[in-house]
Amino acid sequence: MAIIYIDNKPYEVKAGKNLLEACLTLGFNLPYFCWHPAMGSVGACRQCAVKLFRDEQDQTGRLVMSCMEPVRENMYLSIDDSTAKAFRSQIIEWLMTNHPHDCAVCDEGGSCHLQDMTVMTGHTYRRFQYKKRTYTNQYLGPFINHEMNRCIQCYRCVRFYKDYAGGKDLDVFAAHDHVYFGRAKNGILENEFSGNLAEVCPTGVFTDKTLKQHYTRKWDMTMAPSVCQHCSLGCNIIAGERYGELRQITSRFNGEVNGYFICDRGRFGYEFVNSINRIQQPLIRDRVPEAVNKSDLFAHLKDILSGEIIGIGSPRASLESNFALKKLVGKNNFYQGVSKEQVKLMDTVLQINNSGQVHIPSLKECEQADVVLILGEDLTNSAPRLALAVRQAVIKTAMDDAKNINLPSWHDAALREYIQEEKGVLLSFYPVNTKMDEIASQTENLSPDEIARLGYAIANLLNSESPGVENLDEGMAGYAKVLAEVLKSAARPLIISGTSLGNESIIKAAANIALALKTDIQKASLAYVVPECNSMGLAMMQAASYQDALNPRKTFQPETLVILENDLERSLGADEANRFISSFKNVIVIDHLHNSTSQKATVLIPCGTFAEADGTLINNEGRAQCFFQVFMPANENIRESWRWLDEFNQIREGRKIENLTDVSDLMNELVEEMPQFKRAETVAPNSDFRINGQKIPREPHRYSGRTAMLANLNVSEPKPPEDPDTPLSFTMEGFRGIPPASLIPFFWSPGWNSVQSINKYQAEVGGPLHGGDPGKRLFSENETGEREFLNTVPAKFHPIENEWLIISLPHIFGSEELSIYSKGVKERSPKPYIALGKIDAEKLNIHEGETLQLKINDRIFNLKTIIKDELAIGVAGVPWNIPDLIGLNLPAKGILIKAKS
Amino acid sequence: MERPLTQNISSERPPLNLKEYVAAGGYRSVQKALKTMSPQEVSKTVQESDLKGRGGAGFNTGMKWSFVPTKEPGHVKYLVANADEMEPGTFKDRLLLEGDPHQLIEGMIVSAFAIQANISYIFLRWAYKKAARIIRHAIDEAYEAGYLGKNILGTGVNLEMHLHTGVGRYMCGEETALLNALEGKRATPRAKPPFPQVSGLFGKPTIVNNVETLCNIPHIINHGADWFKSLSKGEDAGTKLYGISGQVNKPGIWELPIGTTIRELIEEHAGGMKNGYKFRGLLPGGASTDFLVEEHLDVKMDFKSIAAAGSRMGTGTMVILDDQTCPVGFIHNLEHFFAQESCGFCTPCREGLPWTEKILLSIENGQGRKEDLDLLEMHTRFLGPGNTFCALAPGAMEPLQSGLKYFREDFEKHIDLKKCPWR
Repeated sequence: MAIIYIDNKPYEVKAGKNLLEACLTLGFNLPYFCWHPAMGSVGACRQCAVKLFRDEQDQTGRLVMSCMEPVRENMYLSIDDSTAKAFRSQIIEWLMTNHPHDCAVCDEGGSCHLQDMTVMTGHTYRRFQYKKRTYTNQYLGPFINHEMNRCIQCYRCVRFYKDYAGGKDLDVFAAHDHVYFGRAKNGILENEFSGNLAEVCPTGVFTDKTLKQHYTRKWDMTMAPSVCQHCSLGCNIIAGERYGELRQITSRFNGEVNGYFICDRGRFGYEFVNSINRIQQPLIRDRVPEAVNKSDLFAHLKDILSGEIIGIGSPRASLESNFALKKLVGKNNFYQGVSKEQVKLMDTVLQINNSGQVHIPSLKECEQADVVLILGEDLTNSAPRLALAVRQAVIKTAMDDAKNINLPSWHDAALREYIQEEKGVLLSFYPVNTKMDEIASQTENLSPDEIARLGYAIANLLNSESPGVENLDEGMAGYAKVLAEVLKSAARPLIISGTSLGNESIIKAAANIALALKTDIQKASLAYVVPECNSMGLAMMQAASYQDALNPRKTFQPETLVILENDLERSLGADEANRFISSFKNVIVIDHLHNSTSQKATVLIPCGTFAEADGTLINNEGRAQCFFQVFMPANENIRESWRWLDEFNQIREGRKIENLTDVSDLMNELVEEMPQFKRAETVAPNSDFRINGQKIPREPHRYSGRTAMLANLNVSEPKPPEDPDTPLSFTMEGFRGIPPASLIPFFWSPGWNSVQSINKYQAEVGGPLHGGDPGKRLFSENETGEREFLNTVPAKFHPIENEWLIISLPHIFGSEELSIYSKGVKERSPKPYIALGKIDAEKLNIHEGETLQLKINDRIFNLKTIIKDELAIGVAGVPWNIPDLIGLNLPAKGILIKAKS
Repeated sequence: MERPLTQNISSERPPLNLKEYVAAGGYRSVQKALKTMSPQEVSKTVQESDLKGRGGAGFNTGMKWSFVPTKEPGHVKYLVANADEMEPGTFKDRLLLEGDPHQLIEGMIVSAFAIQANISYIFLRWAYKKAARIIRHAIDEAYEAGYLGKNILGTGVNLEMHLHTGVGRYMCGEETALLNALEGKRATPRAKPPFPQVSGLFGKPTIVNNVETLCNIPHIINHGADWFKSLSKGEDAGTKLYGISGQVNKPGIWELPIGTTIRELIEEHAGGMKNGYKFRGLLPGGASTDFLVEEHLDVKMDFKSIAAAGSRMGTGTMVILDDQTCPVGFIHNLEHFFAQESCGFCTPCREGLPWTEKILLSIENGQGRKEDLDLLEMHTRFLGPGNTFCALAPGAMEPLQSGLKYFREDFEKHIDLKKCPWR
């Protein structure tokens, strides 16, 4: 800590920070543009000038840029100094010489950092009399809009895109007052994190193009704290609605999870909520018409819900909904709606996480690793935000060295200059090339079993108690030795693996490495990527696989099946799903989108998406996080799955149906029945939580048109919907201060309308939110206990003549069930293909682009061939669960034949 | 009078080749330094000689070298010759580059030895095509003769030398922007600290010295610090290449004792003002220095004296303003150059310089307003050192601020008459 004097008053501030960070943390409104808490300082914009004095006596002082000035003991500075103020206001006037002042028609207006800073400096009228410079805008793809005239050249976009996210196709061109930020030519921004440009850009140059399709000002949206549904990492998001339509997703800062940034699938994958494919009404399929009202539905259900029923849970439904289903069908009839293989994989992951012998890192902790080993995951496509975290880890490790020349951690340009191409250690093993390879120090393309064998070999070298690998060839043994040495030398090793390749041995090998690296003083970090947003939660419920529901030993086969938010064709494979569903007479499907499973429902129930429901998800690190309903759908049929299921339960029990008044009761019951979820009930305050007797409003106080927006239907302003389930309200009225971290519906502070107002919600700028970052980790580490190494070392992979191991290759755009409903995501998703190694391609006499016939599980696909030289002989890959290739239960054996032309 | 820097330069013949240069006493300092002196002794001699950087900043060269970390065996270090001479009115390094290339190479070998760098670059202005040819040839000769490469003259000292030609940006003359350009990056400056001596080219310790500075090194090593100091007539040590352009009888460049007065330069060496032209003022050290006027003619051209007069020695090559030239147009021309050469990294320079340029043009065209002078003055205040990222904009403001001081009447006349009185 250090004492500094700001305008003659002493303050205690953290050493190692710069003056801007110190001033902002203290709550001063000091304007800035180019500095970003996650990206440090470069000193380009000159907006954060303050007067710095030599000592207490010095009255003259000099202007310094606070972002470039390290905090030192006994500094005397002035923010209020008239020269400093005049200079800051002058910076705005300079920026305005070329800015078009088109706020009224700019998407950024009302959440614009440039607007905020302009007002903050007090600049009003411009004296510039001359012609403004203009630029040509570019087409940047389906996600990002480009309006270069608004640019104030803060360089944040390229610093994020190139330096932080490793993008290659956005750059700065030209010079002097004609600096241009864009691509070398029109085209889709390739990087998976391009959407963050909309938040990083302080004005309206880069904006969310999907928002443009249904534009609403930030202040006119109803917003709620939410959690991303599109992978297992559980990035925190803010979702905004108007007129019953979800309009925008932005990142919700969580220092432990996603920090400031989310991936493009998370940001732009929301459009399924607005899809015309939504289920709108309860349907009973043998009725004419099929659509029924609630009372008819309940009457119908009374019969079919009476006997023994089977419930199929879902890895993409909330804990509450899964539990409500479990309650309905009973403990013994609740099954996981994923394949037997998947259940086994998740059980293995769970067993390791529960052992308490490894450290399960948060994304933030992943960014601090000095050696990272990835076994069998293509992170950019299976868990994109983790890929971004690993990218920071390798850079930060290299930057550690800069301490030798006293470079502070915020001095970004100087640090990058100093480290040049130097990187921390990243070891990555996957069957095909991945984007991580470009920052990896070691990378090999191996078949899944060979990845596992390499992993086991490393673990065995690190600790001989871990099982050895038989018939390991010499090259591989030597390689394992090198890798083991690297891992051994690590101070903060991180092992990453996951379920993407469907290979249990890889998961176990990764665990053995982490266990072997455990020392007396610290446990090694082990992060598993799992398939869906609540895969971990579902696995923790410890139910059997759906297949056990058909166990022939069962003396009695129930007639009724309830499927919760799950397209079984995707989860189990088409054949399996059909076979399974057709064994039941009554099939009740609760979901929000029509899919192959909803087609087979005899009773179809519409439920709310994450935007129309509250719930809890458990992410890959076992962190319980709550998402909150964004809006009350006008369609009363659309209700939370757990609410439907609770009422079904009342029907089943023959009670008079009452609305579930408090979802936290459900959560409390869940925790009582399944203590493994203890702490999940404390993630967010209960529905009766109030501040000064007030709820927390989902709408900013500037929300406009409330009395008029539905006047075309009814001139009387309707009563705002009530929210009995949470401390949030669907109104503008309520508590206006800073709510508990788990309940932040939007970031706003007086004078700070843009997303930069996050500063005000943090205990320390760039640091945790006030009261700690939200989410509760459910796995705990054991101080005692013995590590137990796992064992199923696979045999050496031998290709079989005329048979291939077909593996799944995840794609950020395309492989995930819900995000594919977004037009832009669909546009970016790959067409069906089969990837084949060079030698296999030669053997089959097939060339890139030619059609290859894949026979797999009695199904036949004609696929375009992509030759990936690096793929091992006998291994072929297909994109995971993209449209037209859904329901392949992979990995599996397949036969490839060259199609006749 | 001794003229060590230009002793071998003659406009009558091509520059000396290596053999001729050696015959004329060249490369003696390499023999002396590498064979009989330690790097520390070389540095010490240079520091004692009080040689100040000839690129414009005037910092003690030996002192600059002393910030390079020494105790890192095997560590890569670089020496870079800043030959990106692009200051308007300045052509002194060109003379040295085209006239005596081996002198520069010799100076670089000794300097690299002093800082224990074994890779060196000459960053040459793109437009100096002839210099590029000459230097390239001289480097080849030096390699062949064993003055460059591995194990120089059997001493075990290694030095590689590369010629790098820029693509023509004024910004590249700023040492950190030069380093970025040399790395293939955008020519934008870097924040200091860290200084290049600690983290320079490719993040390694680096010294960037001006061509004229480096050319002094062989002579200092050969003749000693005291001799070097004895060459001067003023506060600083050594000789200096002084140049004059403008309406004088004999514009040109001369090597003279440092501290020669402005009057002597104009009247004796440049032959005085041309007939029909009267002296009004001058920029003593290139476009980015403050105007001096009649009353300053007896000021000595050394760093301290010029500073005391309210300007900067800069490159020591002066531009003269005469009575037939409109000072507003003169300054507009300069600001046009600076606005165009701004790298676009920091706000005040990127946006402020074009604004001043536009104001000056509008005044020059008879569309100026009284309040424009306030705006110009605001710019001269706020584009000062420390407010902008590097020294480009503060330099650009020097002729403007002093122009507003000394030629204010001319500005006002433009505004009152709504036209340029010279047109």
